[in-house]
Amino acid sequence: MSEYIILSIFLFLGAFIAAAATVVGLLLGYRTRNTKNKMAPYECGMQTIGNARIQFKVGYYLFALLFLVFDIEALFLFPVMANFKEIMSGNTPLSPVVVIVDLAIFIAILVSGLAYAWKKGILKWE
Amino acid sequence: MYVPSVTHPIGDFVREWVPKLSAYLPEQLQSQTLDTIVAFLVNAVICIVAVCAVNIGSAPILIYMERKVCAHVQCRLGPMRLGWHGTIQTIADVIKMLFKEVYAPSGADKLMFYLAPLIVLIAPFMVAALIPFDKNLVVSDVSMGIPLIIAVNGFGVLGILLGGWSSNNKYSLLGALRSGAQMISYEISFAMILLFVVMISGSTNLMSITQSQAGTIADWFIFKIPVLGFIGFILFFISSTAEMNRAPFDIAEAEQELTGGYHTEYNGTPFAMFYLAEYIALVTNSALATTCFLGGFHAPCIGVAFVDNYLTMVPGVVWFFAKVFFMIWCYMMVRWTFVRPRVDQLMDFEWKFLLPVNLLLLGAGAAYIVISG
Repeated sequence: MSEYIILSIFLFLGAFIAAAATVVGLLLGYRTRNTKNKMAPYECGMQTIGNARIQFKVGYYLFALLFLVFDIEALFLFPVMANFKEIMSGNTPLSPVVVIVDLAIFIAILVSGLAYAWKKGILKWE
Repeated sequence: MYVPSVTHPIGDFVREWVPKLSAYLPEQLQSQTLDTIVAFLVNAVICIVAVCAVNIGSAPILIYMERKVCAHVQCRLGPMRLGWHGTIQTIADVIKMLFKEVYAPSGADKLMFYLAPLIVLIAPFMVAALIPFDKNLVVSDVSMGIPLIIAVNGFGVLGILLGGWSSNNKYSLLGALRSGAQMISYEISFAMILLFVVMISGSTNLMSITQSQAGTIADWFIFKIPVLGFIGFILFFISSTAEMNRAPFDIAEAEQELTGGYHTEYNGTPFAMFYLAEYIALVTNSALATTCFLGGFHAPCIGVAFVDNYLTMVPGVVWFFAKVFFMIWCYMMVRWTFVRPRVDQLMDFEWKFLLPVNLLLLGAGAAYIVISG
């Protein structure tokens, strides 16, 4: 348990250091008057045209959806893989053959999903 | 004398010193619970100081190293003026960075703008807390080490997307989107390779992964399984390079196309935080490669007792950091050697090449375990 407590300190440590650095920068930083040209978003030295919150390609979305599926798959595989050696040595009540067949079915469904996305042209970036 | 039960302190330092310190306390105050609490606090403070020192201290060294490596690859000398061979150049840069003005451009979402560097720095610090540097030198030896690393690595993407979106700059937005798409794509092969490591070692705990590579060089995972281990190492190298947004996979901040990418509008210390996060990620990823493939803190024994005696005399931390710096050197050489691919080539490479190869590698690893018993 104490390990997780220390880890939770580290969760905030990085953020704390960044916050401290930002405050130091705000305090020490040289200040100039906020003119319109200074505050304008950078656009190759030209006058900024319009807002930056534009519509973007839907392709990013589809990749995010695919990522979700495969990342969760990896998480599901972790408990099996961590015990894979032991299961194969036959020291557990689980039968090695059943485990391998189950794993094969699980991965086959995912691979067919990837193949479907590939066939549909989602993986094509243009 | 009662020895407090701190499970994994930094070294044996705490175990040795806390009972000695508590002997100085008045009789009424001496108790087991107090000792445990004191030991825990001392432990936590040492952990925080050590990891901060390693992380923040390594960034200037790495920036200097990168400048020198890149200069010598391109037949230049690199920084030479400040100090001996330009050694204090990066310190001068840090001081300059501190006195720069910090401001958000007009139209920026101020809260999100200043929150982004905070989120970016969380991930590398947490990963550093999970890496075993030596036998007793690990901040947090949790049993779910590797899944936790994969989970925490996702924080970096959040910070980059937030920083790019809140800047109200088209270059930033495009850079952040590209970077997000790239990082989540390569995170899959990153996870798959770590899955392969977990399968061979039979544990998700980083300490036991390192311990299962004890022995000679031939027991390191890169050589333990013929051919497959080496392929795994190369795949890990590729996907971690993409995870870190380093060249040749740095389309997010390709300066010819997108100026500075997601941190175009940042200046002063918040910009320095993005930079710092990048270099700490370099250290933690090299440390992860060392732990998972190069035997962690074990000495490179060759099986000859006479030589091995001398090699094992060197502390594990020294070996660990020697390997880490070798890995960092590899990342730097790759950065300055290869050209940058286009966005579509990059995504194709991940989804149509790396991911199928990763799945095949996983299958081959399973077959190897079944055959070898």
